[in-house]
Amino acid sequence: MNTKTLMYIVKRLILAAVTVWVVITVTFFVMHAVPGGPFIGEKAVTETVRKAMEAKYGLDKPLMTQYFTYLGDVITRFDFGPSLKSRGRQVIDIIADGMKTSVKLGLIAAFIALIVGIVLGSVAALRRNRIIDRVIMVITTAFVSMPSFIMGSLLLALFAVKLKILPANGAAQGGLILPIITLSLYPMAYITRLTRSSMLDVLGQDYIRTAKAKGVSRMRIIFGHALKNSLIPVITYFGPMLAYIVTGSLVVEQIFAVPGIGRAFVNSITGRDYPLIMGTTIVLAILIVVMNLIGDILYKVADPRITLE
Amino acid sequence: MSKAFSVQQDLKPEDFLPATEEEKEYMVQMRPSSTFFKDGVKRLLKNRVATVSMIVILLITLAAIFVPMFWPYSYEQMLGSVPGKPMDASYQNLKPFEYSRTEQKKIDAGEHVTPHVFGTDSAGRDYFIRIIYGTRISLAVGFFASIIVLIIGMTIGSIAGYCGGKVDLVIMRIVDIIYSLPDMLMVILLSSVLKMTLADKLDGTVLARIGSNIISLFIVFGLLYWVSMSRLIRGQILSLREQEYVLAAEATGAKGRWIILKHLIPNCFSVIIISTALQIPSAIFTESYLSFLGLGVNAPMPSLGSLASDALNGISSYTYRLVIPAIVISLIVLSLNLFGDGLRDAFDPKLNA
Repeated sequence: MNTKTLMYIVKRLILAAVTVWVVITVTFFVMHAVPGGPFIGEKAVTETVRKAMEAKYGLDKPLMTQYFTYLGDVITRFDFGPSLKSRGRQVIDIIADGMKTSVKLGLIAAFIALIVGIVLGSVAALRRNRIIDRVIMVITTAFVSMPSFIMGSLLLALFAVKLKILPANGAAQGGLILPIITLSLYPMAYITRLTRSSMLDVLGQDYIRTAKAKGVSRMRIIFGHALKNSLIPVITYFGPMLAYIVTGSLVVEQIFAVPGIGRAFVNSITGRDYPLIMGTTIVLAILIVVMNLIGDILYKVADPRITLE
Repeated sequence: MSKAFSVQQDLKPEDFLPATEEEKEYMVQMRPSSTFFKDGVKRLLKNRVATVSMIVILLITLAAIFVPMFWPYSYEQMLGSVPGKPMDASYQNLKPFEYSRTEQKKIDAGEHVTPHVFGTDSAGRDYFIRIIYGTRISLAVGFFASIIVLIIGMTIGSIAGYCGGKVDLVIMRIVDIIYSLPDMLMVILLSSVLKMTLADKLDGTVLARIGSNIISLFIVFGLLYWVSMSRLIRGQILSLREQEYVLAAEATGAKGRWIILKHLIPNCFSVIIISTALQIPSAIFTESYLSFLGLGVNAPMPSLGSLASDALNGISSYTYRLVIPAIVISLIVLSLNLFGDGLRDAFDPKLNA
């Protein structure tokens, strides 16, 4: 690793840290700009009760004091305070609970998307302009244009309601199958297209022609020379793919009633559970920023010829 | 010196006579001259996928604009409820092309009743017009959001590109940070908060008719999505700035504003058009996503996302209510994307990645 790469990594690390700080700050001030504060809209509370509750949650202190306390708690202890709606539960516990299901969901979806996408993309590239290539391209084009909530709703209607072969409830036995399929289809289609175009690019390179001329077998050319290099662009998609899966899981978990962090987030918004909204936003944002960072650095390390500004 | 090596030509007095009509004809260019724009349109029309997508978009847009003008039902009218009379429940949940009892009587009496092409919903509202209206709102939001993004991105990008130096550095660092923010999370957070903040402030103004949710959506778009546009424009301007004609304009005393508006922006035009065209489907995507989560348009206004989300409640008996908005939204996004790709291929082959 040369100094240039190292400089790049340091620069990306600083940018990631600043981004996380911006997310925390924006989230904090945006949430405190909501008119009425968190206790409005519940059953009428008397002035004294409201005062007591504000004192309990530290809402009576000056805004900047609250901000620095919050920032300190989040950075040092990952402490987002107690939830307003689920009595006696810490936000971080709710998030950790939801994460168990969501991480499983997201990782399996990402894994399926990668494997199936790379295979389909390579097949399409190797059988360029044949029927199978056309079919793959038409299907992936359709999938790329379908928002995750449409895909999820349609799969639910087809497999759970009409055919009744898979459960509609995400908490049931085998209930994660449909959400996983829903989440993996878009990235799968995207990876297929990415792999196909970069594979076609690589297959046109001189060193592939040289290998052919030497008499290297077709299988060795594909697996030994072409595939490895054509996967480099796929690495850049790691970050965006995770971002897609995270945001997609918000609606997908809602549709299939999966007890994950996405549903906790959406419910916290409709229920105006401010600490939970802030906590989930920050945790999910950190997740996405870190994955983007890892993707970018891997990309740079995988192919040092690439110059990134 | 022999004649063969002479550079001198033998010129006769006849060579200086004016050209005859016949000779002039010979010099005329047979092909009419073509502009960059005409060439691009020609290439675009040759692309069959792009042309078909363009026709689909045009048809959908025309339907969204004109059908509500003559369709006898409106999107919010609950057909069963007539003031002063009890609710007529036979209007609710009609299947496509079914009629309520009152309407059936009218038909038996020989009157003409416009059919409910897609039936009615659980509140007795004509579903066809709700779909048309939802399409209209999704398209309008996508279009205006992209215009906002375009204006902000173009202004900031061209300033950064033309000024360079410290201005550029500061703007680009801000762009970097906004670019690395997880956009969807920020959109959800900001629009859920803005929606609550704006609701009281907008009451009574013209903007209240559009709805606090859509306004907050526009604000969020204006805050977050201009970054990729401004990056693109900045890159273009950076390279165009070094061209001789900019130097010439500066030499004749042109000011920065003039150079940006008259010389630099027109030369970025293909990039601007293409990325705006590709921005529209992504804005529609975001709007429908938010509406699906209940953060989009205000009820009873429909949007394709909120229609799909409402349809989930009656999914076992009324699956078509989900399938119709699903098809419309996928069709819009698909054809806009394909058309945008076609535009890119036709107007800027270099951009093709």
